[in-house]
Amino acid sequence: MSHDALLVFELTILVLAIFLGFEVISKVPTLLHTPLMSGTNAIHGIVLVGAMIVLALPDKDTFEWVVGFLGVVLGSANVVGGFVVTDRMLEMFKKREPPKDPGGSTE
Amino acid sequence: MSTNLANLLYLIPIVAFILALRFLSNPAHARRGNQIGAVGMVVAIVVTWIKAGTTSWWAIVIAMAIGGGFGAVAARRVKMTAMPQMVALFNGVGGGAAALIALAELHRILPDPGRPKIDIALAIALSALIGAISFAGSMVAFAKLQELIRGRPITYPGQKVGNLALLAVCVALSVTLVSGVQDEWLLWAVVGGGALFGVLFVLPIGGADMPVVISLLNAFTGLAVAVGGFELENNVLIVAGMLVGASGTLLTLLMGRAMNRSITNVLFGAFGQVSAGAAEAAASDGGTVRSASAEDVAVMLAYAQKVVFVPGYGLAVAQAQHDVRQLADLLEAKGVEVSYAIHPVAGRMPGHMNVLLAEANVPYPQLKEMDEANPEFTRTDVALIVGANDVVNPDARNNQGSPIYGMPILNVDQANAVVVLKRSMNPGFAGIENPLFYNPKTVMLFGDAKDSITHLIADVKSL
Repeated sequence: MSHDALLVFELTILVLAIFLGFEVISKVPTLLHTPLMSGTNAIHGIVLVGAMIVLALPDKDTFEWVVGFLGVVLGSANVVGGFVVTDRMLEMFKKREPPKDPGGSTE
Repeated sequence: MSTNLANLLYLIPIVAFILALRFLSNPAHARRGNQIGAVGMVVAIVVTWIKAGTTSWWAIVIAMAIGGGFGAVAARRVKMTAMPQMVALFNGVGGGAAALIALAELHRILPDPGRPKIDIALAIALSALIGAISFAGSMVAFAKLQELIRGRPITYPGQKVGNLALLAVCVALSVTLVSGVQDEWLLWAVVGGGALFGVLFVLPIGGADMPVVISLLNAFTGLAVAVGGFELENNVLIVAGMLVGASGTLLTLLMGRAMNRSITNVLFGAFGQVSAGAAEAAASDGGTVRSASAEDVAVMLAYAQKVVFVPGYGLAVAQAQHDVRQLADLLEAKGVEVSYAIHPVAGRMPGHMNVLLAEANVPYPQLKEMDEANPEFTRTDVALIVGANDVVNPDARNNQGSPIYGMPILNVDQANAVVVLKRSMNPGFAGIENPLFYNPKTVMLFGDAKDSITHLIADVKSL
């Protein structure tokens, strides 16, 4: 694909992603604002993939070495920390079924 | 692995991330959503690993071990109360990584004859700038929440103009770079300027507003990552980054709405400055504060028909959720009707109180959201406020001059009696005086929330 065609394609998916991003969380309850923030935080840890690509480039000079290495360190911290923190938060939400309320539902 | 195959396989993490967001907005599936997201992330990493080849594989492994190890340990060890600053920290490092990628990319393409393509240069400048703002801003937010620096807004004259000028300089430098001036130092200046702007932008914002700021910076990082995807011509970065950019922006707006504040007000209002005038006004009201002993309060509680607990950040700080639950159980055993009134932004993050009380296994039907709780205060005997302040401040209803005027609050002052557990008479995190404390119906029980509740438990038991 030529560079321009690729750019147009990339812009297309970017715009679609904007609308999708708005759409998927449009009805989130206040209760979940914090875990959702943390969950999206983990997802942008995908930046790790970019840093890996930089660090895996052949013929790196010292600068690219250092920067790529730091990038992977930061990106991995984002990924692991993000998902673990979110999981710990959401762990608290289980067992919401009240033992003393037979008619209660969680919805 | 060919680029086409890699892009095809990248559809797996893309779908996983979309499902993760979808599931995360529903309490029943939220945890599974996060797990789906994590699986998607692993797939993305494996595909990249295979595609990028094994050049420097050991460096990648070492870097991942360092970063991942730090992330895992920090996230596991931290107390539930410190979660907000952890989100800020992990958000910041993500932004930092995006800025680093931009620096590396420019460095790689610059020696080429002819200037870099304009869209690539633009992407590099943007992700460097936004990533740097997000990194530095998140670190300040982390430091504020961790109380390494003052939570109160830090202001100085000419702040807004100065910040705006700084941002304009950064943009001008970026434009110079994009227009074809080949100099790496320009990008360094953009990164440095962006980082400085991030610091100056977050410093004046009060600690109580940090969640909204972190959410905004989270969206920034997402945007920086998406733009980084253009540099590297990588779909999964574009889609995942922009999903976060868009959903993070919406989430920021929703959080602002829950506090009944506009985002511009949050970001530029320097909310929570203690204005000398307001402090004097409160003092000159001549109101007196009544303080009570734990025994007195225990009697009030044990002989009440209906007690409503109002938890706030003090509960989180003192880690008193289990003790509160114990006290509530004890009162229930004595026939008192107990419930919890949860303000949507009590604590430092929306949903903070729900998380803590769920940890203590408080029965779900006892947790009342604000709209459900407010009509009940008129028939409540005792409203027991555990470390909450601004969310029960009647000034939000009555005093047009108050910085929180218009914010929906829990109307605890309509209860027959109000008991406030509080460490001292210092104003709350937002730094605003609270006339509730001077209300004749109110008694104060000073001390750490956990100690106070422990005393109350002992005294209620001995009744």
